[in-house]
Amino acid sequence: MAVKLDKPLGKTAFVNARLLDPATGLDCSGGLLTDGEEIAEFGPKLAKAKNAAADATVIDCGGLCLAPGLLDMRVQLREPGESHKGTLITAGRAATAGGVTSLVCLPNTEPVIDDMSVVEFVARRARKAGLAKVYPYGAVTKGLAGEELAEMGMLAESGAVAFTDGVHSVNDARVMRMALLYASTFDLLIIQHAEEKSLAGDGVMNAGETSMRLGLSGIPSEAEVIMVERDLRLVEATGSRIHFAHLSTAAAIDAVRKAKARGLAITCDTAPPYFALNETAVGDYRTFTKLSPPLRTEEDRRAVVEGLKDGTIDAIASDHAPEDEDAKRLPFAQAAFGGIGLETLLPVSLELYHNKQMPLLDVLKLMTSAPADLLRLSAGRLQVGAPADLILFDPDRGWKIDADDLLSKSKNSPFDGRPVQGRVHRTVIDGRTVFEREV
Amino acid sequence: MSDAPKDIRYSQRHLLGIEGLSPEEIVLFLDRSESYVEQNRQADKKKTLLRGRTIINLFFESSTRTRTSFELAGKRLGADVINMSVSTSAIKKGETLMDTAMTLNAMHPDVLVVRHSASGAVKLLSEKVNCAVINAGDGSHEHPTQALLDALTIRRRRGSLSGLLVAICGDITHSRVARSNIYLLSTMGARVRLIAPKTLVPAAMERMGVEVFHDMNEGLKGCDIVMMLRLQSERMHANYFPSVREYFHFFGLDYEKLENTKPDALIMHPGPMNRGVEIDSEVADDFGRSVIREQVEMGVAVRMACLDILTHNQPDEGGRNI
Repeated sequence: MAVKLDKPLGKTAFVNARLLDPATGLDCSGGLLTDGEEIAEFGPKLAKAKNAAADATVIDCGGLCLAPGLLDMRVQLREPGESHKGTLITAGRAATAGGVTSLVCLPNTEPVIDDMSVVEFVARRARKAGLAKVYPYGAVTKGLAGEELAEMGMLAESGAVAFTDGVHSVNDARVMRMALLYASTFDLLIIQHAEEKSLAGDGVMNAGETSMRLGLSGIPSEAEVIMVERDLRLVEATGSRIHFAHLSTAAAIDAVRKAKARGLAITCDTAPPYFALNETAVGDYRTFTKLSPPLRTEEDRRAVVEGLKDGTIDAIASDHAPEDEDAKRLPFAQAAFGGIGLETLLPVSLELYHNKQMPLLDVLKLMTSAPADLLRLSAGRLQVGAPADLILFDPDRGWKIDADDLLSKSKNSPFDGRPVQGRVHRTVIDGRTVFEREV
Repeated sequence: MSDAPKDIRYSQRHLLGIEGLSPEEIVLFLDRSESYVEQNRQADKKKTLLRGRTIINLFFESSTRTRTSFELAGKRLGADVINMSVSTSAIKKGETLMDTAMTLNAMHPDVLVVRHSASGAVKLLSEKVNCAVINAGDGSHEHPTQALLDALTIRRRRGSLSGLLVAICGDITHSRVARSNIYLLSTMGARVRLIAPKTLVPAAMERMGVEVFHDMNEGLKGCDIVMMLRLQSERMHANYFPSVREYFHFFGLDYEKLENTKPDALIMHPGPMNRGVEIDSEVADDFGRSVIREQVEMGVAVRMACLDILTHNQPDEGGRNI
């Protein structure tokens, strides 16, 4: 399992691999040499062990895919504040088991990441853990209360990579306008959870036939597109940038598609539940499928797939949200929103490839260089001199997701019991193997 | 000093703003102000030019320095000066702005000096009275005597306004000082830069022929003059900025940011200053570079010139060529 080497790093030669680099479209047999924490060299001529540097430790990849580690741009850590649901260490272990070498965490911890000291606390704890690299988002508003702007300028200086109120939308239009203006003063990105609160109300799942049959109060799907449309107007008027997180409806994706065609500086992502599941998964009140935004209709699910295929959706994030049994083993309406996703991000996303909806490199790009580019992080690509953050995975290997086998501290996976293909065999961060699966 | 042709005169009854003034008119005001600077430094400061004239300072918004400056200016010219502020007036009893104007008008003042928190209120009032009206600041619109005193301060230090690069920094959105200065400086051939977070400078400001910057270090590069504006801390609660410490960190004037300007750049502030908010105390008190106290001195001279020019410019003065 998770192995951490403390001895000085030498050279490691990964030979006999299928090299994949989504950023450049590279897909060939070859090898890769790491020197210390960095990528020293890679390409077809390093494919054979005999060509490896004499002083390098040789790892035979057995023809499996060697790719940049995944960058997961939406993860909820429960530390500080709710470490009974998850910690930086447990999330870090789940991440590396899922091939995620860098993750960006939401500011909805306790205390909230609306102060420089919390940014620094998270960064320091994550460095100490030595697992996946953690980049924090800062809060848009103080205490995520949606009222007063947080110190976005200084938060950015201390390491916040972008700004969001996490699982809340910035609901007040004037606050949002000021936030966009203020953020664009420093060329900072705001990430919006697009849901009009006054319309979503106390809904607990998508409003429609299933909610009607189950007798559950519904969240109308328009709640998403109304917020997206409003923000698009504000972005256009203020000349700022925005990113919409986990879009789930056909209407919102279409709104983004049209806005991109108009040339607005906008991006968006989605999460595996929204292209792999629909509202019928709620079935018999399964609280593990109670997500925010809620699982939508089959038409919406197909629209998400279309959005991924045509480039309207720029990234896939796990939307990892650990909740313990106390928060989930409740009547559906009272259960917490959210599902874990770090360990299922890759295999569920690879369904797009196995279903022949997208080429392998395009799927990987949505979890590597694409989110890195939109957050302006250097992660997610094979590059000489870049940190050696790598994964070795078998895209075809079949397995069945069993929540109890997942490393995440909380087990609330909406994909429990799902047969999938694609498994990470080894995860390397800064040249060190931090996860290895015994196959 | 005077480079204004002899036949130039100020043709308007009121001084409501800098917008629309010609360079010659501005020079006329500055030259006349200049003539009062020396007088104010004498032991005997009093003249009799405005003897028998009545000036009413009508302040609907609290002010100490502007009101005092106008009061001194009027008294030094020998006029009778009455101060009316909102707390002592009938406004609180429900009298409207226009009622007050008509009441005061019936008392036959010669000049009304008016400050009001609503943009355009001074102009509205000026349309209903028979005397000259000087705008002592209306909302976020104009503060013409402040721009004139700033210009006089700069001209005395630099000889001319033309060709100077002036940065105006801070809460531009709500600033009447900024608007009046933009008009005056651009009319006189200076180049103006505005520096503020995007929340505090409307994008449309670029239409006024200025350059807008959101980074203090960028914006201050090569500047001859740095004008800081007062930041009201209540703006924080309306989300114009998140905190005083963040504002000061990015937009407060300190020696580090000041290194970007020309080495001899002048530092100005219309007052009252918020030390540690928009300006570092050390910078504000820097004798070599800060001309903030000089601005206050020039204020009296400029207001004397305004009272002088306007009282001798009314129809019953036969349009005397001044």
